[in-house]
Parts: sequence; structure tokens; C-alpha cells
Amino acid sequence: MLDDAAAAPDRATAALGARPAWLGVLARSDHAHIQTHLSGLPALPDFTHLRRPETGMAMVRGRIGGGGAAFNLGEITIARCSIRDAAGLVGHGYALGRDLAQVELIARLDAALQNPDWHDCLIADVVNPLADLIAARRAATEAQAQATEVQFFTLATMR
Amino acid sequence: MAYVAVKGGEAAIAAAHAWLARVRRGDGAGPGIDAAQIARQLGRAVDRVMAEGALHDRELAAMAILQAQGDLIEAAFLLRAYRTTLPRLIDSEPIDTGLMLTQRRISAIFKDLPGGQRLGPTTDYTHRLLDFAPPEPSPPIEASPDAEPVPMPRATDLLGAEALIEPDPASAGEPGDLTMRPLAFPAARDQRLQALARGDEGFLLALGYSTQRGYGHTHPFVGELRMGEVAISIVPPELGFAIEIGDVVLTECQMVNQFAGSKTAPPQFTRGYGLCFGHADRKAMAMALVDRAMRAGELGEAIAAPAQNVEFVLSHCDNIEATGFVEHLKLPHHVDFQSELETIRAMRAEAMASGPERDDAGV
Repeated sequence: MLDDAAAAPDRATAALGARPAWLGVLARSDHAHIQTHLSGLPALPDFTHLRRPETGMAMVRGRIGGGGAAFNLGEITIARCSIRDAAGLVGHGYALGRDLAQVELIARLDAALQNPDWHDCLIADVVNPLADLIAARRAATEAQAQATEVQFFTLATMR
Repeated sequence: MAYVAVKGGEAAIAAAHAWLARVRRGDGAGPGIDAAQIARQLGRAVDRVMAEGALHDRELAAMAILQAQGDLIEAAFLLRAYRTTLPRLIDSEPIDTGLMLTQRRISAIFKDLPGGQRLGPTTDYTHRLLDFAPPEPSPPIEASPDAEPVPMPRATDLLGAEALIEPDPASAGEPGDLTMRPLAFPAARDQRLQALARGDEGFLLALGYSTQRGYGHTHPFVGELRMGEVAISIVPPELGFAIEIGDVVLTECQMVNQFAGSKTAPPQFTRGYGLCFGHADRKAMAMALVDRAMRAGELGEAIAAPAQNVEFVLSHCDNIEATGFVEHLKLPHHVDFQSELETIRAMRAEAMASGPERDDAGV
């Protein structure tokens, strides 16, 4: 039990060290928050655009009945950008919404996070704290939702 | 018939637009509102415009509401028009509402169900009296450390475990897409649900209500209504694996209805499904009622009521199309009407000349 508890933070870090995990965290973080956590670090590598930042749409798909065949629910705005950095690494940024600066920064971070020289410090100083913010926001929502949970009780009767 | 070129009206139109612009902002006596305030405080209006405009973007929907002076159909029109300027980049993976960060989840069929029932930020159980006090800002919520999201299986899956309810329909390849290929009949259930998801809430509400009043009755129960954030996941081809690109709030309604069965299959509850952008109990419930009603043919029920008529429902549920055709009647039809006038004058002259029994007193 104690071993498990001690290992938990390491496992969380390891999970965030995977590419889909850091892309998911960065997509949920707005540009200003990402910048804040980058401010104490050296400048990210120079880069060239492979695909300039652009906005477009994704079709959101649902499933009939919740778990059945797919259907098209409606579209949502998304932004994306792809870059190659000075180390030759390719990074992609995708996020809901239309923030071009955000997805360009995500693409640059995605490239740098694949670079062993950058990976650990970006995970520790950028991705982890942003993941904590997201977790705190979700926990606050969940706490409010749990407070509205209905506690049914049954009245005993003599009959 | 010759067309008569009519010019004029430019000055009147310009003056009308200038007046509209003044009306939009008012005389400047009070502070103006901005789109961010609408997105923050008129969330249900934003949800409705996103659903009926068929484009999820809170900022754009709020801008549209402001521009349309709160006319939500006009705002949905503006959003639907804007979406035509954006390229479709990708289709999402089908969302999993079972993994929703659930703010609201109620069931009218089970009191105790795994994960419990939570009311969320609902107007249900409020007194619904006009409150003369303006809403006050609230302090941020301190999350308790044990506020771990609870797994919440869909209520229909609980019934499904006993095979008391029909299962989810199996996957059938790529779903139809009304934005790429116009609606055609017979329309499969995937196309129907897409049309209903962007259909007019008032129209669907009225049709759903009509089924409850006996026009295609389906004996509905709310198996489950849930609202919360769902992750949007895509598989960009350049990556080749799934990534989450954010979360959106959706409302899902599982309507459980009376039985169908056959000589070969024992009786089961049947289902109607509603899913829409934002927090929209009424829309999701109405959608689920109408979805179930439109399955009458498939389930061997008589098709007698408007809500059961797929072509009728789907051809008229889109308020962008409806408002276009209804409101076009405002545009000049002077020449059309001139021909009608000539026709009716000729008909009257003929009737007067050859009338069988003239009864003109005093002649």
C-alpha cells in the first residue's frame, strides 16, 4: 500500500510524458497560462512553419443511444498548426476554438517535448502545473456536482 | 409576361440600416453589453444558438446574439452562414458520454443507480418567480480533495444487462452528413439525429408534446438525463493516434418507451435518444421523444401522427430553412400579384356578365 502511494506521483509524471497526454493538457490550457509557465525557461528553439496556424472545423460525432452507431452531432471550431524546429523535430498543435497563437505555441512545445534536452524540464515546469490546473478545475466542478447529489431516504411506516 | 425593371429604395435601405445600428446599441444612456458578458451570463441562449446554428463556438454564438439583438433564430442564421467560411478539417472520434464529467444526472426510472443522482445547476425545484435582485458574483469553489469523478454507467446499460431494453444499434460504417449531402428520404436514424440536433427547439418541443397528448403516443419515461463535459478526440493523419483537443458541455437524454416484441423476440423496452450542445434539458428530451416517434415504422406501429412522419418532421425542423421560406414572403412580389389581380378581375367580369340569377334590387 505504502509503495503504491509513493509511486503514484511518478506514475502521473510518466503518464504525462506521453505525447497524447501532453497534447491533451496543452489543448485545454489557454495561451496566457502556457506562456506564464514558460516565462522562467530559456526561449524555445527557433522554428519554421510546416502548416501555418489556421482555423477550421471538426465534426463532432455522437453514438446513437450513447454506445451504438456513430452519427454527426454538429461542427465545432478548431485551430491547428504544424512546425519544424531548429533541432529538426516536427510538432503539431490542435485545440478547440480559434486561438492561432495557442496552437502555434502547442506545436512548438510538442516539438521541444520530443527533444530529450527539453523533455523533462518542460514536463516538470509547464505540462505538470497546467495538468494540475485542469485537475483543480475538474475537481471544483465535481465538488459542486456532488453537493447536488440527492440522498434518498425512506420513511418507515407501521404498515 | 414582361418584367418591369424597378429601381429605387437604396436610400431607404441605407437609412433603415442606420436606424437598426442605432437601435442595436440604444441611445448610449446605459452601458453597452459585450459578447463576453453574453457568453458568461446568457449561457442557455448561447447553447441554443450553437445547437441550431450547428456550430459549437461560444464566442461566435455570443457575438451573433448581440448582433441579432437577442433574436436567437437570426443569431443561429448568422452562425450557420459563418460556418460556410470555415474548412472542415477533420471528423471527431465518436464521443463517449459514459465518460462525461457529469454535472447533472437524473433518472426518473431508478431511484438508486450506480453513481447516484445529482441535480446540477438546474432551475428545477426553484420557485420560478421573477427575482428582482440581480445575480451576484459568487466566490470560487474550493474543491474537496475527495472530489474524484464517479463512474456513471448509462441507466439504459443497466436495463440492457437484463436484455429488458433494446440494445444500441450496431455501427453501420460512415454516418451520413447533412452538411455534405442534403437530406433524402427514407432518412436513416443517423441522419435523423443530425437533423434533430440542429432542429428548432420550439418545433421539436411542440412535436414531442403532441406525442404525449396522444398523437403517436409512446409511453415515455426519462431513463436518464445527463449534462456535463465530454472530451473531444481526433486522430490527425499526421499523428496517427488519438489526441484530445478539449472538452464541450453536452446534454444527453435516454428516453425509455413501451414495448416491442415479436414471435421470435421477447418484449423489450424501446428507446429514443437525444443529444445536443450545451445544457439543454428541454431540447434533449424533445429530441428523444421525436426520435422515438419517428421509429414507428421500424417498430411496426401505425404511422398516423405528425411526429411519426419522418419526412414531415425532418423537412420542417430546420428553422434556418423555415425562416428563409416564410420571411421571403416579405420581399416584393409586385409583378406576381399584378398577374393575380388581372386574373381575378377577369374572373369577376366573366361571372358578372354571365351570372345565372342577377338579383340587383332596383334595376
